[in-house]
Amino acid sequence: MEIHKKVKYEEELDSGFVDEIKEMSRCEEIDECIQCGTCSSSCPMAVYMDYTPRKIIAMIKSGFKDEALRSFTIWLCPSCYTCQVRCPSKIKITDVMYALKRKAIEEKVYPSRFAIPVLDRQMSRLIAKYGRNSEMWLILNLYLKSRNPFGLFKMAPLGLKLMKTGRMSLKKESIKDRKQLGALLKAIKEDTR
Amino acid sequence: MNGYVYYPGCSLKGSSRAYEESILPVFKEIGMPLQELEDWNCCGATAYFSVDDTMAAAVCGRNLALAEKAGKDIIAPCAGCYLTLKKSNIFLAGSQPKAAKILKDLKSVGCEYQGKVAVKHPLQVLSEDVGLPKIKELVRRPLKGLKVACYYGCQLVRPYTDFDDPDYPTKLDRLLEAVGAESVNYSAKTRCCGGSLTGTIEEVGLRLNYILLKEAKRKGADAIVTICPLCQFNLEITQDKAGRKYKDDVAMPILYFSQLLGLAMGIAKEDLGFSRSIVSLKPVWKKLKNGGTL
Repeated sequence: MEIHKKVKYEEELDSGFVDEIKEMSRCEEIDECIQCGTCSSSCPMAVYMDYTPRKIIAMIKSGFKDEALRSFTIWLCPSCYTCQVRCPSKIKITDVMYALKRKAIEEKVYPSRFAIPVLDRQMSRLIAKYGRNSEMWLILNLYLKSRNPFGLFKMAPLGLKLMKTGRMSLKKESIKDRKQLGALLKAIKEDTR
Repeated sequence: MNGYVYYPGCSLKGSSRAYEESILPVFKEIGMPLQELEDWNCCGATAYFSVDDTMAAAVCGRNLALAEKAGKDIIAPCAGCYLTLKKSNIFLAGSQPKAAKILKDLKSVGCEYQGKVAVKHPLQVLSEDVGLPKIKELVRRPLKGLKVACYYGCQLVRPYTDFDDPDYPTKLDRLLEAVGAESVNYSAKTRCCGGSLTGTIEEVGLRLNYILLKEAKRKGADAIVTICPLCQFNLEITQDKAGRKYKDDVAMPILYFSQLLGLAMGIAKEDLGFSRSIVSLKPVWKKLKNGGTL
């Protein structure tokens, strides 16, 4: 039997992590968490999460950076903001989850074939390029990048219904002034580097 | 700003055409015809903020600048667009150095934004600007006998709570009552439908929507009325599978509030996008016939 250490020593934690997330989420109140669990009991997704929102906040405060960034929790947050409006310490929990998602992408530790980050990245890509999202193309990309493309066949009955009612189109949507949007995003990129 | 410009977003041009097809005639009937924002770009929804919040705020800033140039405030019927544009608007008006950078870059590409635009949801405009007395005057066919579960979802009432209560909002209930419908006490009215999770993790999407459908059934609603295209889509496409999975009949029409409003105002049934529903609307038609509306 191999013995593994189950608890982290203080020097293995990242004490700067909390400040990083505070800045990224523009939420100074993380320090004020009283671990009451109102967030977890309000969360419609908590039953599916590997760490509840309350634990995630505790992990940020204690420097469990790796665990927080690699968690499924942050991707399961559907941004319903229930925890955020109920938090007695006024922690912007949804914004904290957004910050963790961005940090996980930045550090390339997110689950890369997991559908949710794939969808987020594909949609952002479509918007940056065309200025518009095209629903059908987004779904196609999602299946190609995150799972077995044959899964699309399972979607066929629904697709047919949407087609019949004129709710599905293969047209690639785009704004007229893509040049302006491109210039804007380029300027932002250079400015924030 | 003087008047409103209409920001459709991607859904109202695609899977949720029925929302556009009903909200535009309703505003015309009220005497506030809506023009579409010229060359609008996608709001980025929750996706762009998960990837890059500076870029996300910048693309929203472009829309706000276009509206400011047109001299109008924004009406965004999609709750996702509404929140994303509003959130970016508040951020750009703030004192963050990042906000100043974005505004500078917007200006450099001919999209100067001075922060004058307000972002509103049509429900807010109907409740506050138009007002229920005026809407009551416009009713030609009161929706007598129709029981509705008013579903607000998340992003219209949260995190900004300046328009209605974040847990138990009532503006949509009052609006539908004003046009003759009966609104049931729908305790799941602000519970999340899962948003894009229905497309990414089906099992979770089914469960969350099943809870919403089941509660509406339990309260005796004939239909769920929504204010958000993604909620409408999720509740509609999941009910078949959720019914089979949980061995429970949760089939139910899912309508946009603008469709019912238009119907009550006397706009032809054929002109309100009802034919785009993929679930049967028979229960609604039956009730309205019995009540003498149709």
